[in-house]
Amino acid sequence: MAWHKGRGFACINYPIGMNLGGDPSQALVHSTPDGKFMVSLSSIDLGQGMKSVTRQIAAEALGVPVADVYVDTADSDTGPHCMGSFASRGTHRVGNAVIRAAAEARKQMMDVAAEELEVNANDLDTDGQGSIHVKGAPSRKISVAETAIAAQFKHGKTLSGRGIFLIPPSDVDDETGEMTPVTTYTHAALIVELSVDDETGEVEVHEINSAYEVGRALNPKLVEQQLVGGAWMGVSHALYETTEPYYPDRRHGPVDFNTYLMPGAAEVVPHNIAVLERPAEDAPFGGKGPGEMCANPVLPAIANGIYQAVGVRIDTLPITPEKVLRGLQAQGGAQPKRR
Amino acid sequence: MSSVEFRKDLFADERDDTLKEIGKPTIRQDILGHVTGRTPFYDDHAFEGLLHMRCVRSPHHHANIRRVDASAAERMEGVVRVVMPSDVPVNLNTLLHLIGFGKDDEPLLADKKATYIGEPVCAVIATSERIAREACDALKVDWEVLPHVLDVEEALKPDAPSVNPAYPNNTFDYGRFDHQKLRFGDVQEGFVQSDVIVEHMYQMSPIEQAPMETCGAIAAPETNDRIVCYTATQAMFFSLGNTAKVMNMPSSRLHFVGGTVGGGFGGKVDSIVDMMAVLGAKLTGRAVKFQWDRAEEMQVGAPRGAERWYIKDGLSKDGRILARQFTGFFDGGAYTRLSSYAVQKCVGHLPGPYTIPNVAANVYLVYTNRTPATAMRGFGVTGVDFALECHMDKDAEAVGMDPIEFRILNAYRDGDMKAHRREAKNTALVECCQVAAQKAGWSLSPAMMGESSKLGSTPERAAIPETAIDQEGLIGARRQGEIPTAPAVRSTGTRPAGQRTDARVAVAPQVADMQIDPDRVGHQTKVAPTAPMSAPSTTPAPMAAVASAPSIPATPSPQPAFAPATSSPPPVTPAATESARETPFQRGVNRPGLSPFLSGRRRR
Repeated sequence: MAWHKGRGFACINYPIGMNLGGDPSQALVHSTPDGKFMVSLSSIDLGQGMKSVTRQIAAEALGVPVADVYVDTADSDTGPHCMGSFASRGTHRVGNAVIRAAAEARKQMMDVAAEELEVNANDLDTDGQGSIHVKGAPSRKISVAETAIAAQFKHGKTLSGRGIFLIPPSDVDDETGEMTPVTTYTHAALIVELSVDDETGEVEVHEINSAYEVGRALNPKLVEQQLVGGAWMGVSHALYETTEPYYPDRRHGPVDFNTYLMPGAAEVVPHNIAVLERPAEDAPFGGKGPGEMCANPVLPAIANGIYQAVGVRIDTLPITPEKVLRGLQAQGGAQPKRR
Repeated sequence: MSSVEFRKDLFADERDDTLKEIGKPTIRQDILGHVTGRTPFYDDHAFEGLLHMRCVRSPHHHANIRRVDASAAERMEGVVRVVMPSDVPVNLNTLLHLIGFGKDDEPLLADKKATYIGEPVCAVIATSERIAREACDALKVDWEVLPHVLDVEEALKPDAPSVNPAYPNNTFDYGRFDHQKLRFGDVQEGFVQSDVIVEHMYQMSPIEQAPMETCGAIAAPETNDRIVCYTATQAMFFSLGNTAKVMNMPSSRLHFVGGTVGGGFGGKVDSIVDMMAVLGAKLTGRAVKFQWDRAEEMQVGAPRGAERWYIKDGLSKDGRILARQFTGFFDGGAYTRLSSYAVQKCVGHLPGPYTIPNVAANVYLVYTNRTPATAMRGFGVTGVDFALECHMDKDAEAVGMDPIEFRILNAYRDGDMKAHRREAKNTALVECCQVAAQKAGWSLSPAMMGESSKLGSTPERAAIPETAIDQEGLIGARRQGEIPTAPAVRSTGTRPAGQRTDARVAVAPQVADMQIDPDRVGHQTKVAPTAPMSAPSTTPAPMAAVASAPSIPATPSPQPAFAPATSSPPPVTPAATESARETPFQRGVNRPGLSPFLSGRRRR
């Protein structure tokens, strides 16, 4: 009786945004009189960092420091329409809407700054630190705050913008399945190292090495959070979780976390991640949204690793010790596969 | 220990890494509130005299409701109101009516029959949660148990019990068919040409989204005849729109507040709790909370539904996949919720990130007598990816190839045609495979390490082949007699090679000022092609200006081999990769065709 080591591979791609489109999101941006910017949304922050990433996108598009941007979400009376936070659409759809709203507000900001500096607006640039200056002449400048005050109290102008992003709905051909599902895809590949106990059927995952392509890591810490958490969820989905352990039989359904199994702190797997960034043409600064896809390759990689370890193919989820043990018994014990 | 590295060396020529705020690990604006426990969630909104609402639920898979006796419950002290199906203004809805997809098929409270264990049949509003629970126990329902079906393939048999009255054949309607078809080339011909056939079945059981905060909402009358709803929804206006419909109330009379949610993972899109809380507030004129406990979250709250997959691949001896056939079943449970969407998302995803000349799929949304399924992280894709990638491992073994090299050999490349008849672009599967292998110390041949997502497409790979089609599985036909669920063996016609319609692209900004300057978008792939803003004569066409931005040579894109007959406006194809490489950003330039692994410019 022994533990057998194995490693399994899987790679995937993942569609970004609601399938078939037709899912608009809007954003509004306006400045306060002292040159801070409010972004009003009705999008949802589930913990994924929606507020944070839209804040950075707005700051980048406006050309102001992120500290001067605030995001308000979600009140249906003040935030314009958003379809919701699902289908990996938040960063792509809302991010694009925020860029458009910020671009319009920036245009007005630059026009007022141009009047104040008595130059052409096309000759101006932002330094990202709170100032607007003449290109090539950084000393000829005006602060964003002074610009906003002048706009409000001198010129009677708002610094505000509207944004909406929509990919119009696609039809689906019922004979061929022809459609435009989405415009952008993330990618991932992943290798799981694990051991299988041929006495109990237990699987222990030791290490994950992965590569995730996310378009652009708009906030590298938020990307890391998603990828680490998502891979944990993949391990959990592969080896532990189900609301119907004997599907399609409905009995023995768990009703709490004593009976609904998940990996605990001791089962968190060391995970070495490489992030690749190939910007997508229609994504905000190229960023695609890593949130959903990151669990997906873990499941098959574990199943493939178990096969390499003991020669048993488990094609039904979750991969419980019972299933592994039955597989081992059916073939008369472990039959490790060597590449 | 875990680690993260950012491979800035890869695709560096397509990226501007000098942005000021993008790419920075900026700390969250709301993190202090989260870590100090002061961020308000929906359940932190206190109301004086808050009422609690709970449901009486079916103990049966499938049963007629003969009679409900609420007399004992109504007499209990602290019970404010028993809510019956007749109290729901519009007691039949489908969530995706907002995008015009599917028929109304689900009551908020079941009035005639219950179709799964846990389906709500009536509710109690009381002054405490405990009284509401006790009153629910005191409610008596007289049931007439009906035959039920729990297996997706059993449910497609001619004599299977009918689960959902709106879809009496136990399948959702996709055009004229009881399943969504995908047809590209001719799989039967592909199998004939193949040296090896690999065929297996895969199954995924339902799983729970398991957010820390269970689904819930608090609704209360506001001034001006409105109702405010503090909600944990993942989709504010989606919930608001569905609630307005079920309440038969103008949406302007609803004020939804949320936005900060204790985890969702897809389980907070269904909006049931919002409808219940608003219904309670409307009926009582008081603040009402409707919240699932953990048991309800796990067994009544919609899970990621089960899926069953049959995959059949035909391969050549040298490891090329020549044909791939899928038969898939999404177990939607008793009602549609969002599963109808998942089927089409899955079909758009098939056959995975690989270029395969012959693909056919039949994918079904099947109704069974179980808790309705709904969205979860990776909706429509996670289960099929499990099946696909387990199958790829078996394929590799069958042709005696390294599993990673087998993936790289078959991986889609920029310019390849996908089975849903859209061109692949911005692909990066090959590079992910190479980097992951390298990190794990899994050695690949130099040839495979030299492959690139940007190279390898050919006119054949970019073309849409003549496609075999069939008319099998018309809606209702399965009630007349058994029909195979797999894609038809005999075709009844063909679609000519090259036939496709235009791709959908984003709507352009409505005014030019909303267009970000092209030199500030941060990437070299040009601003995305977008649909025309309006009549070209009346608009200054900012997109045209963008397309001819000075930093990007206006090199015409190579025409795809199939050359769509007419396309007005011409779809703006992304900049050709060659022209993109002529004007790289200053950092980490890659020479075309040379693997970054062999070029010695790898970071670390």
